[in-house]
Amino acid sequence: MDSLLVFELTILVLSIFLGIEVISKVPTMLHTPLMSGTNAIHGIVLVGAILVAGRGGGDTLTRVVGFCAVVLATANVVGGFVVTDRMLEMFKIREPRKPDS
Amino acid sequence: MNADLTNLLYLVTIVTFVLALRFLSSPKRARQGNLLGAAGMLLAIAVTLAQDGLENFSWIAVAMAIGAVVGVVGARSVKMTAMPQMVALFNGVGGGAVALIALAEFHNLAREAGGLAGEESVSILLSALIGSISFSGSLVAFAKLQELLSGRPIVYPRQQYVNGAILLVALTLGIAIIAGAEGDALVVGLILAAAVFGVLFVLPIGGADMPVVISLLNAFTGLAASAAGFLLHNNVLIVAGALVGASGTLLTLLMGRAMNRSIANVLFGAFGSVQASSGGAAAEMDGRTVRSTSPEDLAIMLSYARRVVFVPGYGLAVAQAQHDVRALAELLEAKGVGVLYGIHPVAGRMPGHMNVLLAEANVPYDQLKEMDEINPELAQTDVVVILGANDVVNPAARTDPSSPIYGMPIIEADRSANVVVVKRSLSPGFAGIDNPLFYDPKTSMLFADAKQALESVALAVKKL
Repeated sequence: MDSLLVFELTILVLSIFLGIEVISKVPTMLHTPLMSGTNAIHGIVLVGAILVAGRGGGDTLTRVVGFCAVVLATANVVGGFVVTDRMLEMFKIREPRKPDS
Repeated sequence: MNADLTNLLYLVTIVTFVLALRFLSSPKRARQGNLLGAAGMLLAIAVTLAQDGLENFSWIAVAMAIGAVVGVVGARSVKMTAMPQMVALFNGVGGGAVALIALAEFHNLAREAGGLAGEESVSILLSALIGSISFSGSLVAFAKLQELLSGRPIVYPRQQYVNGAILLVALTLGIAIIAGAEGDALVVGLILAAAVFGVLFVLPIGGADMPVVISLLNAFTGLAASAAGFLLHNNVLIVAGALVGASGTLLTLLMGRAMNRSIANVLFGAFGSVQASSGGAAAEMDGRTVRSTSPEDLAIMLSYARRVVFVPGYGLAVAQAQHDVRALAELLEAKGVGVLYGIHPVAGRMPGHMNVLLAEANVPYDQLKEMDEINPELAQTDVVVILGANDVVNPAARTDPSSPIYGMPIIEADRSANVVVVKRSLSPGFAGIDNPLFYDPKTSMLFADAKQALESVALAVKKL
């Protein structure tokens, strides 16, 4: 096991704990936007797709597969953020009503 | 661009993602958070495109243009009521992208001298497997929610064994890759086997359990992205994937708890495939009668109530009646009636589905009460109006130990003075269980589509 792998595992584990901390503060009311927002965030695979599709010296198979990966990942990113924005737009800020019992 | 600068800029992206999630803790800043996340994403994409040695820009540009058009058109044109399936679809394409990345990387690395390092082959196995399951599973979830496929569980004999065998095939191919076998067919086979597994895995899960499945598949795609991060040695993928994985897992557990069922029961129980398993209780119902009411009577009952609580369910979403319920609520409020909404955590087809629908109709979110908040209030409520919900108000969950949903926390509508159920027919809900609430002497039924019913009640209230 090399040190890079250990380093990456450290990042992974800490990120999971960070994720649990942050997510557990999201109220039930916003769970749908949360799903949709995290959906957009995993669209970060677009970065991976671009790296693969644009790798120097790749052959035709790499390029075709990479091309498809970029299409899918871009749809994920763009669609995810737009849908989330549409949802959150509806949770507009309003004057709070009288505080109830 | 050198590697250190790249990673520093990726770190900025990571920070925006964490803040985006952090801002979701209140509706006030949630939208800004999402925009911040999108800006971070844009930065990461720009940084990636600026990498040294990247070729093929025209292909990449065309691919991104196609993806962006599909994404924008899909996300803009979808109705709010169809959100769950849209989320499932975007989740699926993300998973598919990861599986393709694994395939391309394997093809690339295996050609080079020295081939694959050990941890890279493990990463390829994981990203191909999880990504592909997430892709096909999400597509089936989409088809179920879009009603291209029956929402009822689809079961056949020895289902678990068949699924297990297919998963085993996928894993065997994966182990062959780790052991050093080379050849694209291995990864292609792995991806195909995992895709078949994903389909078979979601088919037997019923519509009412979709909130759990969608959360779980979301977690899968996140973990697949992390695995791809290990494969490409890319920090931003590892962190973003882990955040999504944590979020999806947490929501999955939360939904399971809200239904008082283990995740294993949800995934493998084919819940709702058996009609009314509690024969004794069903027979007992036959002797009882339901009382039906008219929109005019309901209008009078609501207008003279002090407090009315609406309990929405999936039926509200299907009828797209969210604007009508808000219109009726405003008429009642003008008459001095206190209006609240009781939201069950698993009402609808994804976590928090009802909140989004009612928010779309401009219902003030301080009127939306969660189950634990609304239940103590129900004893002092004059009328509970149930709109297209069924299992989440079924008192059998409290009283009938033989009921499949026994022990599930419910909105205790039966504690209020009067209950009105707006429903198209007496048919059971997705769980396929009869509901004793309908036969309760203080319950009256309004047999109609939720939208039409609310429109006629609102008209009758205006005439009073």
